[in-house]
Amino acid sequence: MIKGTVLINSENCKGCELCIVACPQESLSLSQKINLRGYRYVELSQDNCTGCTNCAIVCPDSAITVYRQSKQNYKKAV
Amino acid sequence: MSQEILLEDMQCVYQKPATLTDDYMHYCPGCGHAVAHKILMEVVQEMGIQEDIVGVAPVGCSVFAYNYMNIDMQEAAHGRASAAATGIKRVLPEKYVFAYQGDGDLAAIGTAETIHTINRGENILIVFINNGIYGMTGGQMAPTSLLGQKTSTSPYGRDVEHNGYPLKITDLIAHLPGAYYVTRQAVHTPNTVRKFKKAIKNAFEFQKLKKGTCFIEVVSNCPSGWKMTPKETLAYIEEKMLPEYPLGDLKVPTQNNN
Ligand SMILES: Cc1ncc(C[n+]2csc(CCOP(=O)(O)OP(=O)(O)O)c2C)c(N)n1
Ligand code: SF4
Ligand code: SF4
Repeated sequence: MIKGTVLINSENCKGCELCIVACPQESLSLSQKINLRGYRYVELSQDNCTGCTNCAIVCPDSAITVYRQSKQNYKKAV
Repeated sequence: MSQEILLEDMQCVYQKPATLTDDYMHYCPGCGHAVAHKILMEVVQEMGIQEDIVGVAPVGCSVFAYNYMNIDMQEAAHGRASAAATGIKRVLPEKYVFAYQGDGDLAAIGTAETIHTINRGENILIVFINNGIYGMTGGQMAPTSLLGQKTSTSPYGRDVEHNGYPLKITDLIAHLPGAYYVTRQAVHTPNTVRKFKKAIKNAFEFQKLKKGTCFIEVVSNCPSGWKMTPKETLAYIEEKMLPEYPLGDLKVPTQNNN
């Protein structure tokens, strides 16, 4: 499976959870910690992200950047 | 393995568009306005038209759209965004011009401007955010509020006798000859967002060809006005909003209509 990961800008996250619903892999969850504005923010809680971008597409606050293993490196890995 | 090491052999496949400013958006958590802003600006970035586009912001929660969209923008009086956009487009016909409006703005106080702009076939794009409520002023009933919907001015639910029917203004204006491309989209799931993005691209392509008014309704949400969590609004959109406001194209260019 293609490997991906996300970087979350926790200070811009408002904890709306729309990304959690959008993620088909259930990779994301709401942290117990809160950011400076007082929101619980989202974290990558499982190492099974495929880099599908669904979470980032629905994020109103553009808080998610998505990375995906390039095809070249993917071939090397398998 | 730390994330940094992992990132080394990975490529970035999605990030915030550079056409959005770094300002922190004032929108409530989960608000569809923010998604719509972002997708509009993604299209502007992908088409490379940041220098060639002028937007008109409405009165409503998106009144500060000009703080977030890093393009030339103008604020209009309540409901008059399409009239202001008309003027801008006529003076600067080579610019892409769009009006961005909520349902209180476009379908209540601005009904006359909306209908006449489209009837004249002004060569602009109108993005109409339908969240079925007046968000900014505290959740009052909008013309688009659903029957039975509880708002601060219809605390027992909207009823036909007092308030009439939800106004499907998109269906109305689709009949006007000046309307070239009319579609109803949404931004609550990854797939609807992708389709919305395609619709904006279509609209700007048509504007380049000087085809007439393009109109994109976005069935959106207002977690604060609806008194729901953002997650709960997803089900409300699917179960209540979409049966009343079904997604899809209402008017597409055909052989006889170009
Ligand atoms: C001339 C005038 N009348 C009334 C108002 C008050 N007002 C501000 S925003 C608004 C409605 C906004 O609702 P909508 O267009 O649906 O936008 P939303 O906030 O839901 O995004 C009203 C009535 C005003 N600012 N100016
Ligand atoms: S969609 Fe964005 S703002 Fe909402 S919880 Fe996820 S990362 Fe945070
Ligand atoms: S009041 Fe409603 S429309 Fe306004 S920002 Fe909040 S959620 Fe969005």
